[in-house]
Parts: sequence; structure tokens; C-alpha cells
Amino acid sequence: MISGKHFMQGNDAISYGALYAGCRFFGGYPITPSTEIAERLSIELPKHGGRFIQMEDEIAAMASIIGASIAGVKSLTATSGPGFSLKQENIGFACMAEVPCVVVNVQRAGPSTGLPTGVSQSDIMQARWGTHGEHPCIAITPATVQEQFSETVRAFNLSEKYRTPVIILSDEIIGHMREAIFIPEAGVLPVIDRCKPVCPPSDYKPFSAVDGDVPVLANFGEGYRYHITGLSHDVTGFPTNSGEVAQRELLRMMRKIDANYDDIVQVEEYLCDDADIIIFATGAVARSAKDTVNVARSEGIKVGLLKPLTIWPFPDKHIQKYIGRAKTMIVAEMNLGQLTGEVRRATDGGIKIRSVCRIDASPITPTEILKEVHCV
Amino acid sequence: MFDYSSYLRKGKLPHIWCPGCGHGIIMKGLIRAIDAMGWSKDETAIASGIGCASRLPGYVDFNTVHTTHGRSIAFATGIKLANPKLNVVVLGGDGDMTAIGGNHLIHACRRNIDMTLIIMNNNIYGMTGGQYSPTTPNGMGATTAPYGMIENNFDVAELVAGAGATFVARGTTYHAMQMTDIIKQAFKHKGFSVVEVIAGCPTNFGRKNKRAEGYSMLEWQRDTAVPLERWQTMGADERADKYPIGILHKQEREDYLTTYDRMAGFKAI
Repeated sequence: MISGKHFMQGNDAISYGALYAGCRFFGGYPITPSTEIAERLSIELPKHGGRFIQMEDEIAAMASIIGASIAGVKSLTATSGPGFSLKQENIGFACMAEVPCVVVNVQRAGPSTGLPTGVSQSDIMQARWGTHGEHPCIAITPATVQEQFSETVRAFNLSEKYRTPVIILSDEIIGHMREAIFIPEAGVLPVIDRCKPVCPPSDYKPFSAVDGDVPVLANFGEGYRYHITGLSHDVTGFPTNSGEVAQRELLRMMRKIDANYDDIVQVEEYLCDDADIIIFATGAVARSAKDTVNVARSEGIKVGLLKPLTIWPFPDKHIQKYIGRAKTMIVAEMNLGQLTGEVRRATDGGIKIRSVCRIDASPITPTEILKEVHCV
Repeated sequence: MFDYSSYLRKGKLPHIWCPGCGHGIIMKGLIRAIDAMGWSKDETAIASGIGCASRLPGYVDFNTVHTTHGRSIAFATGIKLANPKLNVVVLGGDGDMTAIGGNHLIHACRRNIDMTLIIMNNNIYGMTGGQYSPTTPNGMGATTAPYGMIENNFDVAELVAGAGATFVARGTTYHAMQMTDIIKQAFKHKGFSVVEVIAGCPTNFGRKNKRAEGYSMLEWQRDTAVPLERWQTMGADERADKYPIGILHKQEREDYLTTYDRMAGFKAI
């Protein structure tokens, strides 16, 4: 495993982040603008005791990483727009069967085939609601090549700790950008591995969450034989027709994420303490927004930046603490207001909301956001 | 007398299959074949998709996963690549494997990963109530084929052989002992092995085709299945509406993982 300073592409940084986190299986399918992740891991995985496979389609790629994780190996897939749509059913399976795995979506402009090489942030809601049915969700939004690395490590850690798929919502700009990054030596960043059962196999109830809400699932082949199904199931893992049991288990799955907001949700708060105006932005747009803050401050306008690294669960608490402090929040995003609606819900009229939106596959510039600041 | 009990999850019985369904016979064959191989239950994993056939793993005491519709082969691919020590069996029905899962099926044949696929072919979508599948024979009835099956049907064994499977066999639930032996031969084969087992569905296929009794479905198998040796002596006219059973195709070829680990310089750490 490489370490130290490197000049690296964002997609490569995800691949190295995965390796650092202990990922040893990648199942993928080629799609712009995420393909470099697969290419890098096809080279690196066998050198690190892992295996790579290019599956026949996006659906199979998602299925293969769930299978590998069930057999005990940390697993990754990477895709973009249309491929992310195709993976949704199996993402739901991973939620339901509580299988840890990480799914990268390097966002491109849609809908449909859209602008395959153009940047976008229009899968915010697909990440949350893409698969059918109520389900838990963790999604991560890195904004620098360094964060592509470190947030991938964090994504694996959250996935293993909470036994749920974690989605990395990158975008074409961060994915293809090259920046200097520093890769620490092994052991510097924490790496979390899933808990394993310690009880005798005869007492084992795979979906019984003894301590907290996260079940302790055995890996296939380690002596705890059990059943996994996408059907609603009870604590033994076998299907149930009881709506009451189905509800109880699903509420537990939701609670295992919601009750751990403070552990899961991370937001970079830049010069927000005294800010009259706070810009809310993720990914590539957060980079422009930081410039806007600096320029506005030099003009004497008190502007700050809220840059979520976790977008799901939505950072409600981080936003709500500025109600009564900041007067305006400007949400800047490369879609038609997917984040704006959530910020409006979280603030419930407590802060005036303005929005800067773009869907032409061009980045939102610092000047555009500054214009909005001047309008306040 | 063979004792199935140590392989069954007795608390999960009775199973959901209808009286006269062939899937229970296949389950017995599967258990006997695993027993004959001496596989440990802990080192055996079974994956299935969605449908009547795919409920089988819930009843047998192995590492079992009931996946999404059509995708079990892709799940199993991940399982095998992550832990090659596991004996991996994939099973499902004709709709699961040859319709919604058709893409995974042909690519698994091409890849030659060392695992065994059992296609439990009852020529119909049973769980949803009798709609035609890709293996419903031309002209036969189904709830969505009220005027008879219009489309041409797959010959599953020919399909998988054409796609590159290195072991292809067909059995029926009527020829239960032969079917068990075929599954065992498939397990012994190093590479991707496919066993198609013709199974009766009196409830949903039979009722639409004047074979509403379990024995009647079995008689149909008796009258249409032909041992391979005899099949090879038959002319085209004689072969009409019949199909060969036995080990139909076998080829020695290095399996995927052996090739991968050699070519990619895989190092276990």
C-alpha cells in the first residue's frame, strides 16, 4: 500500500481509500465518469490479497459485492447516473439483509444517458430514496481529492459498524480532478471491522441486536449457518408474514442510523460563528463556496460555509443551530433544488432560504454565489 | 434408508410447495448429492433468487441466501471469489434463471467459476400463478398465454452449452435417482456446471394443460425424456417434442479462479 504525498486523481483516491480501509473485493461495470476506480483496483487488488471482477452489468456488480461481503470480505462497487439507477434494487437488499458494502456514485448529468462527461449533483434524492420501501441510508459527499481518500475509509468504517450499505456521492469534477494528497501509514486512520458473534452457534440469532440496534452477523463459512433473505424476516433471519414483526425490525434498522447521528453526520463549518449569511454546499460546489466566503469576507460581508461530508442522514442538527443566528442560508447545488428543499424542511421557516442552481453540467462559480450574496 | 433430517431445518417445514410439485424431489436429490460428496454444512453455501424453486434454501441447513429475482448467480460469484473454500450451489426456477436472470446465466457459463447451478424448470411462473416463461413449450397454455404460447421456448441445456458451460446435464424428477447422480457429477466437475431438472407444476402449469395431477406431470416426463444414448440414435421426426437426459456436455477447462490467481499474480495475505 502506498503512503506519503502524491499528486492523484480523485477517482484513484477512492481506490486507495478502499484499499486502506481493507476492501478486498471490487465488482464493477464500466461507466463514465467512474471507470478509473475499477481500472485502478483491477491492478491493485490482486497485489493486496483481493480480487477484482468486471461483471456483465451494473445489477450483477451490485449483487457480487453483497455476495462477497456475506462471505466476509469488505467490498466496493463504483458507478454513475444510469448505473446507480440499475443498482437500486440490490441496494435495498443490502439494507434489508444488513450487509455492509460501499457504493460509489460519481455523479453525472441526467436524466437517462444525459451528459455522460458533465458534472452534476442531481442524485441526492436517488441516493436517499432510489430503492423502494422505507429503508435506512448513509451517504457521503467528499469535496477534495484528500476527502475522496479519507471519506472512503470513513464510508467503509460506517458500513461495517452499522451493517448497512454506504453511498459515496462524488461528482465528475472531484472524480477527475488531480490534487496533492497525503496517504497516512497503515494504522494512522482508524479502520473498523464488523463485529462477529461469540455465542455458540446453537444460540445464534443473526438479526437479534443484543447490544444497541446493530445485529452481529457471521460471515458465511465460519461455523454459524443461517439464512439471509430480502423478505421481511424475524430475528432468526427466516421470513415472516407478521406485519408487526416486519415493522419492528424495520424500525430497528432505521433507529440504528438515526440514533447515531452524532457519530455518522460530519459537517465542515467554515467561519459560520458570526455569519449573517451561510452558504450550504457539497462536493465541487463547496469548493467554489469557500472562495465566495473568502471574497465576501474581504468585502466586509459576514459569510460562512456549511459543507456536509455526510448528506444522509441529513445534517438537520448542524443547520438548526444557526436558526436565530444567521439571517439567510444560500443553498448552492448542481440540480434544481434537491438540497434546498431539505434545508427548508430542516429550518422550517427559521432562516430565509435562497438558492443557486445549475443543470448545464458546468460548475457553479464563486462569482455566481457571490452575486447571490450581494442580493441578500 | 437415507436420513435427510440432519440436513433439514425441520422448524421451517412444511414447505410452501403444492401437492405434486417436483421441487421437493429435487431437494432430496440435492441433499443426497451433497451427502455423497461429504461436504461439510459449514463450508457449503446455497444461493437462490425469487420464485417457488428459490424457496428451497430456507429448508436446508447450510449457509443460505435468498437473493433478488434473477440475481443469485451474481451474488454467488461474489461469495465464491471472496471465499473459494466454500462449495457454492446456485438454484432457481426457469423464469428466475432464463428470463430476468438470463444475462447472469450466460456470462457465468462463459466465466467458468467453480460452482454448480441447478435450474428447476417447471415451464411456468408458479409463484405468481401460472404465467408463461421462456421455457413454456410453443402452443401450451398459461394465464398470460390464453391462446397458447406464441413465443419459441429456450432449450436450456443447449443455451448454456452454447454460452460455454463446461458441464451441462439434464434430468427429471421422474428419473429421480439418475437426477441425484447427475447433480453429484456436476459437483465433482471443476468449473461451472449446470444441471437442468425438469419438474412438474400441476397447480399452475398442469391445470392449463390437462395435467392437473402430480402423477400426470411425472408421466409427461416419462414419455418425453430420452436417455442420451438413445437420443443419439433417433432421427429428427422421432426427436420432436422429446428431449435428451443425462450428461450432455463435458469439457475440461481451467476454472476462473485458478486462471485469475495465476494471471493476476494474486497473493493471499
